[in-house]
Amino acid sequence: MIPGISITEILTLTSILFFIGIYGFITRTNLISMLISVEIIMNSTVINFVIINKYLYPELLQGVVYSIFIIAVAAAETALAVAIIINLYKQISSVDVKETETLKY
Amino acid sequence: MEKYIFYVLALIMIISAIASVSSRKMLRSVVYLLFVLIGIAGIYFMADYNFLAAIQLTVYAGGIIVLIIFSVLLVHHIDMELEVAKKSKRIITALTCLIGLGVFLTTIYSHPFVETTAAVTTTTADIGFALLSTKAGGFILPFEVISILLLAVMIGAIIIAKGEDGAEDQPKETPLVKQEKSVEKKEELLENEVTV
Amino acid sequence: MNISYLFLIPLIPLAVFLVLGIFNQKIKPAVSGWIGVAGLAASTILSFYAAFQYFFVTGKLNGSFQSFTEKMVWMNFTDTLHIDLGILIDPISIMMLIVVSTISLMVHIYSLGYMKGDPGYTKFFAFLSLFTFSMYGLVLATNLFQIYIFWELVGVSSFLLIGFYYTRNSAVAAAKKAFIVTRFADFGFLIGILIIGFYTGTWDFETLNNPEGAAIVNWASTSFMGLSVLTWALILIFMGGAGKSAMLPLHIWLPDAMEGPTPVSALIHAATMVVAGVYLVARLFPMYYFVEEGFVLNIVAYVGAFSSLFAAIIAITQTDIKRILAFSTMSQIGYMMMSLGVSGFDGLEGVGYMASMFHLFTHAMFKALLFLGAGSVIHAVHSNYLKDMGGLRKHMPVTNITFLIAALAIAGVPPLAGFWSKDEILVAAFENNQFLYSIGILVAGLTAFYMFRLYFGIFWGKETTYAHKPKESPRSMTIPLIILAIFSVMVGFIPFSEYVTADKLGFVAHLNYPLAATAVLIGLIGIIFAWIFYKKENDLAERFAHAFGFFYKWASNKFYFDELYLFITRKLIFKRISAPIAYFDKKFVDGTMEGIGNKTLVIANKIKGIQSGKVQDYAFGFISGVVVLAIVFIYLWTN
Repeated sequence: MIPGISITEILTLTSILFFIGIYGFITRTNLISMLISVEIIMNSTVINFVIINKYLYPELLQGVVYSIFIIAVAAAETALAVAIIINLYKQISSVDVKETETLKY
Repeated sequence: MEKYIFYVLALIMIISAIASVSSRKMLRSVVYLLFVLIGIAGIYFMADYNFLAAIQLTVYAGGIIVLIIFSVLLVHHIDMELEVAKKSKRIITALTCLIGLGVFLTTIYSHPFVETTAAVTTTTADIGFALLSTKAGGFILPFEVISILLLAVMIGAIIIAKGEDGAEDQPKETPLVKQEKSVEKKEELLENEVTV
Repeated sequence: MNISYLFLIPLIPLAVFLVLGIFNQKIKPAVSGWIGVAGLAASTILSFYAAFQYFFVTGKLNGSFQSFTEKMVWMNFTDTLHIDLGILIDPISIMMLIVVSTISLMVHIYSLGYMKGDPGYTKFFAFLSLFTFSMYGLVLATNLFQIYIFWELVGVSSFLLIGFYYTRNSAVAAAKKAFIVTRFADFGFLIGILIIGFYTGTWDFETLNNPEGAAIVNWASTSFMGLSVLTWALILIFMGGAGKSAMLPLHIWLPDAMEGPTPVSALIHAATMVVAGVYLVARLFPMYYFVEEGFVLNIVAYVGAFSSLFAAIIAITQTDIKRILAFSTMSQIGYMMMSLGVSGFDGLEGVGYMASMFHLFTHAMFKALLFLGAGSVIHAVHSNYLKDMGGLRKHMPVTNITFLIAALAIAGVPPLAGFWSKDEILVAAFENNQFLYSIGILVAGLTAFYMFRLYFGIFWGKETTYAHKPKESPRSMTIPLIILAIFSVMVGFIPFSEYVTADKLGFVAHLNYPLAATAVLIGLIGIIFAWIFYKKENDLAERFAHAFGFFYKWASNKFYFDELYLFITRKLIFKRISAPIAYFDKKFVDGTMEGIGNKTLVIANKIKGIQSGKVQDYAFGFISGVVVLAIVFIYLWTN
């Protein structure tokens, strides 16, 4: 636990980051920008895991270990997403999300 | 003392996040993301989780940011301005996010959190033992699964990024590209008319 | 008396119809003709056997003929109100069985020769069998609804047969006209049936006709606009009968129905279908007599009398031989209706009923003979019109003699059949309504006149030179003519009154010499006039016609009834009533339905935007859903 800071303040911070990430994901038109927003969201959840572990259950390790796993998976997923974006760019010469609307009615 | 550091870090993170999400230039957005990630590492340091902070800096700030910058360089004209979404969309999304934020905050502030005051430091050795212990409460299974996942991702990324053989000659025409091409054609015609 | 075998009588023609209809192309024409004839012959033999059994062996019980029924319930509405299908044997139904069987058999044999070479030969025999089956069903009906079912079937058969030469527009139009006019009349018939069913609770003939039964005794129980409901029902039922029997003003289809082949005209429009209306009134006669003290019978009598006069006047002016015969049929059926109308019920007072049925019987014989003879002439000369004929007595001797016998019979010359039946009608009219008697006598004279105008016009008159010499018809056509001629002579001597009467007890009829002599005299005067005008070629007829001026013109145009009906339907009903209703239907009813469909499409188009293919929209939906659910479950939904 961090002396002087209550848990609610940190949780407030992570919630704000989370919603900023969501706003970015829904609003942006570029695929890579959406990727960046997803990164913001995932990072905020990792903080949540760690802080709750530290403040409420300090003798357990689940939060930290799990956050390591989240970071690993997020990195893998970002790498794959970039690969897909590059492949898509080769097909349609654009990274605008408006070009990816073929699966519609 | 920690309080001030925390508030400064929080401010930097929030402002960088907002800037990252609303910036018109691609590279600036990536750099603001970098600031957010560094701020998060700072919070980990404050919480006495050195190992995690190091992983955060190494993997995220080092690996992923570099990866994103490379992809930006591959697919972009660097000085191209990004488009913004319609105003109605932005307002509705902002509204929804604010309402959601309100729900979260209400829940957080009304819940009685039982904080412990004992400060227990988690060392790297503890984390290592936990990751590799086969006893109950050990994380060896997810550890191995993660390693297989990383293998799959590597193979997948290589294959996807390589693409099909011979399909990379002519990039297909999308409506946006078509529009640009027709605009170019019209401009050419206008130029020809003017000269004639 | 066991009457189960009588079910075979209608079922054999039905089987023939099905066989000929299904195997239409696979049967050779000659074979199909003989199949039809064989089926009819079997039914005829059964009918005659049944008649013999009924009238001479087992029919009478305590001096009165009883009715036998055998039926099964087809549709059940209440305990008493149900639609049965079955057969009812009583004097008039047996008599009609004989009429229908005989005429139909003669027409079948005749058609073997007449329709030879026609591409629709098998179809023709199939339709003839269908008609015969329907007519049998009508005649043997035990139940008002069953009569209605077979009534409609007969109408359908008539439609099919009139429109047999379907490539001719006039034939198609005539078939439609016949069907529509009779259908319109049947609308009244149906309402009458429903009223009777509702107020008396039954449709069964035996229950309805029982003079001591509830239907007749309580006829005055409910009334509507001054008359009993049952009176209205009987008037409506008579409307149905008037349509089928071509009474004024629903007669317009009968002259046009001559577009069908001549054997069809002989069978349907002379002897069997058109008398269905008379049969219907006779079947319900106790109701007609007792309800409202015979009020409806007055209507029946006057309609019949005026129809016969109307038709006789028009027949004098026509030039198409089949149309002359058509109007003659209308006129004679008018006689039958008039005779029913002036009839009483008990014993000797019921002479009108007896005479009407007797005239039905004899008329069938000689009218069918007249039509078949006309067919023979048309077959030889290839034209329907009087102006193309003349002097045929030298070329077609058999047709000549048989036609003459039939013409004498219809004119009422003794001792041929028509004299006896027509005389009884005039006796009945004289005793009850002198005015109608005078009309009857006038019509008798006109009948003789136009019939002999026809006879002389075809077989005597001017000596026409023919393109190819007409010869006598083949034996398949002349044999029925001869048989019917023999019948025309013989049936007059049947003591009909001992068998067919209104109250089912026989009586012995005596000849009323003064009235008989008057009738014969009028007939002979008519024949003499025709002799003067038409036997040798002269222009007396034309001068006479000119003297009548516009009246002649009106009569020869059938008193413009067709034009009047067309005016009423086209200008008044279609334009003023149907068109606004159609407009309303198209605009509002259809518009509402289409509007609902369109609105559904519009809403669907808007809804399909949800599946837009944009990831961000899906994410937005996801997030808003989560927020809403969070609010609901955390704060609003408190257990």
